Amino acid sequence: MSSENLDSDTQIDYEDEKQDSQEKNSSPIKSEEAKLKAKYPSLNHKPGGSDFLMKRLQKGPKYFDSGDYNMAKAKMKNKQLPVAGPDKNLVTGDHIPTPQDLPQRKSSLVTSKLAG
Amino acid sequence: MAGGGSEDMQWCFSQVKGAIDDDVAEADIISTVEFNHSGELLATGDRGGRVVIFQQEVENKSVPEYRSEYNVYSTFQSHEPEFDYLKSLEIEEKINKIRWLPQKNASQFLLSTNDKTIKLWKISERDKRPEGYNLKEEDGRYINPGNVTSLRVPVFRPMDLMVEASPRRVFSNAHTYHINSISVNSDHETYLSADDLRVNLWNLEINDRSFNIVDIKPANMEDLTEIITAAEFHPNHCHTLVYSSSKGSIRLCDMRASALCDQHTKLFEEPEDPSNRSFFSEIISSISDVKFSHSGRYLMTRDYLTVKIWDLNMENRPIETYQVHEYLRNKMCSLYENDCLFDKFECCWNGNDSVVMTGSYNNFFRMFDRAQRRDATLEASREHNLPLQLLKPRRVCTGGGGGCSKRKKDEISVDSLDFNKKILHTAWHPNDNIIAVATINNLYIFQDKVSDPDSADDLSASDMMCTI
Repeated sequence: MSSENLDSDTQIDYEDEKQDSQEKNSSPIKSEEAKLKAKYPSLNHKPGGSDFLMKRLQKGPKYFDSGDYNMAKAKMKNKQLPVAGPDKNLVTGDHIPTPQDLPQRKSSLVTSKLAG
Repeated sequence: MAGGGSEDMQWCFSQVKGAIDDDVAEADIISTVEFNHSGELLATGDRGGRVVIFQQEVENKSVPEYRSEYNVYSTFQSHEPEFDYLKSLEIEEKINKIRWLPQKNASQFLLSTNDKTIKLWKISERDKRPEGYNLKEEDGRYINPGNVTSLRVPVFRPMDLMVEASPRRVFSNAHTYHINSISVNSDHETYLSADDLRVNLWNLEINDRSFNIVDIKPANMEDLTEIITAAEFHPNHCHTLVYSSSKGSIRLCDMRASALCDQHTKLFEEPEDPSNRSFFSEIISSISDVKFSHSGRYLMTRDYLTVKIWDLNMENRPIETYQVHEYLRNKMCSLYENDCLFDKFECCWNGNDSVVMTGSYNNFFRMFDRAQRRDATLEASREHNLPLQLLKPRRVCTGGGGGCSKRKKDEISVDSLDFNKKILHTAWHPNDNIIAVATINNLYIFQDKVSDPDSADDLSASDMMCTI
């Protein structure tokens, strides 16, 4: 297969590079490639391959379910938003709240700093 | 081209928007910048799903030195985060692209998109309101009809300008993969949206239906070799569109040829020099942006290291290639490790297609004057923020043999570059030399240096448009 030939070609190039390593100017990219191979010897040699591309198709972490996702979001929000102080309107425990008691949907999203 | 002077590119600082502090929240990262067709409005989108629109200050438009003053006009939450229950994946609210519609009436319209959903927003002004209702007080309380003894006709009275943004259409559920581009057709009726494997055609009025016009998904995903990275409609020919790929090729399609444009009409591809092939070749040849020139004659593509200009009449190689940051060839290994090698830089044309611009690292951005064969490296930095302060050209020296022997103030060595400070998004005013450059969380506005009218280099107003 053509891809196998490619691998063997780069293998030969790599060995050539080792001998020519003094002349880095000739191909800086090749010496960078050699560096990468030295660091990660088991690295898949096919950045154009379907595995690589399929990773690009799916970005972001996969969550177990929506509950997992919402928990993760809540954790992030706690870290990011400025603490507004205890909400005095919040009704808990005393009695069953009526619609009038519940606070309106908080705009939990802050205005962009570009507009500030 | 204008005459006079040394014709050096000269740019001045105008404004910077955004917070100064270094602690940047993810939501504040700017993800797109776009001028509208007149240049009067400038829109930005961020990772938090918000859109901020700036408007050129009317009073200052006639004063050359201050014509690039832009102030906040409207801001709204365009997209919110969602959860794809079927795949258990988050759908980010990040605004990938904003595209303005040409203005048809008093309101402005723009399309904004995240990974999955495109929205048409109407931005309208309200500067008067009705007063003098019979059944309602001014504060909204209702009047008992029994107390009304006479009737009056409500009248419109002027009020403080209010700018409202309302979503007019939501175009959803048409993309399995992540939307990377939207482009309004020159017919002003349709637009395209492109994801990694498909391009869809929409009618702006119809949101429950779209036509698939390009589909490069292989029957077996193991055979996947390339994905779509950007797509755009031709500025004048409503039947022509282009899309770029992760392999560095651009395909031009003619919608008149067939309903499904899987067969390209033209394929723009530069043959690769086999001696240059390396592990990194495919990654750095992936095209991150494609833009037609305003004339429609040329195509500009951006890959990791270069900007290329293609003539639509010549498919086998670009007519111009500009090196953006060639010195990064020596850093490929670390750029791969820190994922910078996958950064998607955009590029843009100036109004008359004579200069192109793109971003780089360390908050540098690059300009290439096609006619003059000159290029410049400028920096968007808070250190040079005096009004109308001239930007000094910067230089990156590659240490070792050929470079920063005497460390000058405007020179910086490759090893000192800050790869977290990247300029991915830039925009050029359609008719003027005003540019908007987005760093990670700040928006810089620059304008070209206005000549002193009393000096010997007396340029007329029309000459000013051509000078860079």
